[in-house]
Amino acid sequence: MHDEKQYLFDNPRNVKAVLYLLYISCGLLLLIDFVIHRHVANHWEKLLGFYCIYGFIGCSAIVIGSKWLRAMVEREEDYYTREELTDETTPPPEESHVEQ
Amino acid sequence: MWSSSVPAFIPFFLAAALALVTRGRIRSVLMLAVVTLSGLHLWFIDGEVLVTMPFLDYELIPYRVDDLSVVFGYVFHIAAFISILFALHVKDTMQHVVGLLYAGSAVGALFAGDLLTVFVFWELLAVTSVFLVWAQRTERAYQSGMRYLIIQVMSGVVLLAGVLIHFRDTGSLEFSFIGIESLGGCLILLAFGIKAAFPLLHTWLTDAYPEATPTGTVFLSAFTTKTAIYMLARGYPGTEMLIYIGAVMATFPIFYAVIQNDLRRVLSYSLINQLGFMVCGIGIGTALAVNGAVAHAFVHIIYKSLLFMSMGAVLYMTGKIKATDIGGLYKTMPITAILCIIGAASISAFPLFSGFVAKSMIMAAAIKEGHQVIWLVLLLASAGVLKHAGIQIPYFAFFAHDSGIRTSEPPRNMLLAMTIAAVLCLAFGMYPKMLYRLLPFATEFTPYDLSHVVTQTQLLFFAMLAFVWLNLQGVYPAERVATNLDAEWLYRRFLRRVVEKFGAWIRFSDSGMRERAEENIARFTAYLAQRHYPTGKGAVIRPTGNMVMYIAILLAAYLWLLLSFPQH
Repeated sequence: MHDEKQYLFDNPRNVKAVLYLLYISCGLLLLIDFVIHRHVANHWEKLLGFYCIYGFIGCSAIVIGSKWLRAMVEREEDYYTREELTDETTPPPEESHVEQ
Repeated sequence: MWSSSVPAFIPFFLAAALALVTRGRIRSVLMLAVVTLSGLHLWFIDGEVLVTMPFLDYELIPYRVDDLSVVFGYVFHIAAFISILFALHVKDTMQHVVGLLYAGSAVGALFAGDLLTVFVFWELLAVTSVFLVWAQRTERAYQSGMRYLIIQVMSGVVLLAGVLIHFRDTGSLEFSFIGIESLGGCLILLAFGIKAAFPLLHTWLTDAYPEATPTGTVFLSAFTTKTAIYMLARGYPGTEMLIYIGAVMATFPIFYAVIQNDLRRVLSYSLINQLGFMVCGIGIGTALAVNGAVAHAFVHIIYKSLLFMSMGAVLYMTGKIKATDIGGLYKTMPITAILCIIGAASISAFPLFSGFVAKSMIMAAAIKEGHQVIWLVLLLASAGVLKHAGIQIPYFAFFAHDSGIRTSEPPRNMLLAMTIAAVLCLAFGMYPKMLYRLLPFATEFTPYDLSHVVTQTQLLFFAMLAFVWLNLQGVYPAERVATNLDAEWLYRRFLRRVVEKFGAWIRFSDSGMRERAEENIARFTAYLAQRHYPTGKGAVIRPTGNMVMYIAILLAAYLWLLLSFPQH
């Protein structure tokens, strides 16, 4: 089945709009830090924009860490199953709704 | 017979029996009605209930309702209702029956007042839940379920050993604070730890949950691990070790989740990450921290089942669940996509969603008790939750590259179950008082002050920004078809190799011995043959006269003996 219908994010302009919305929100959130006085419970938090920096760096660190982890632990998909399963071609689960 | 002392697990077992003998719509109505009535029955209990029962020489407490257990009781009823509703379209009596038995066992374990009763329901949990994995009816699921069952039953055996030692030491079976000062206490903690998916003991979860049926995983995600969390909150609050275990649990699964291709496996890792926050809260052990852990367990059950339901719906409708196979499903499943995003926002703890009001309690408690490093770790984990559960799940399933799959929304009962869960996520997020009222300890906590809201929003938005930036840079690890090694490697590969090597050695030495024995037998027969072939010594033909001579010798010897020892 091929449908010609245009969906919301098929139009690159809409994707751009969402991204710009995110950039603007991030900018505003960073600005807020200079304006309001949030109460701090430990000295890390005293840093201006601490949560912004930590969120960004933390998230990047996680992604980069994952790439390292992947380099170590990634194996072929049938790494275990080629020895464990007697029949490699598993039939689709009975409950599946898909019409074959 | 309607009295508050009717244990809450009985309605579940009753409903399971009813589901066995009814069909179609009647069964659907009965199952939902019984669970609803059971929930109301629990809701109207005023104060505490204690039912005791003498058994042999022991005084058992099969049913005990108090402030701590009743909160879990409520949410277990909600989870059971949602899971049953989500599974109504399934034409598989076994799944309905074991689903109810499983939920009932969890409720039973929750309200068990003594450790022996805990043990009984602990094992029931294992035995009933495995059928939800096996119900997939593939060899893969069968083996996965087998591994799951072995580990779960092992947890029960360790628990029983611990309970017996604990009983010998203290002379009491009552389930209250246990602590890790004694061997019994340590063993019981280990048993709880297996079901709470402590690091290295967690592999049963990430192995079996993604293999269960689309509806079965929703049941599974709610009960086993949260029963274990309740047990920890009851038996080990303030145990320092748990803080560090919790911190590890909150972080390491994130890295695994990011590189996982099967989206239900991503959610399984994310489940461990969430448990980490709770275990941490229990380890800190102050009223605020334990309240936070309980509140987190409460909201977590709801949003986690929402996420598992949305992925279950995708799997059910498309037959696929790997990030490499799906994508762009928002086009044909927009409602499911929106509900999934609500679940994702809740688990990421966006303000106004339920995760926010619970998790901030644990964070606040960590800071208050001076655990700076732990606080930083948990904060990183919070950003990580957004990354792997909040973005990855909805993004890869419903957006990302268009897989070309055109399907439709799932059946109405699935949508309704997801909608109820989503509404609850929003309700608890917007009216946290509703949740705080139920908590076991009286503490004051206001999640919605300016600092909390601003800082959490900053954290999450910049984490999102990082995701977008890494994605645009092409640094973000692309989904790949692969298996990622985890601690299960130890028994699925290493132990397998050891057993194989050992078997090969046995076979080798065994065949060596056989060979030698066969050689000896062959040599012996050859020797016999050689003797008896025409030229052999054994083949010489002797005349009859020889025999006469031998008999004469024999008689002579006889005579000689007779003469030497005459008869008296």
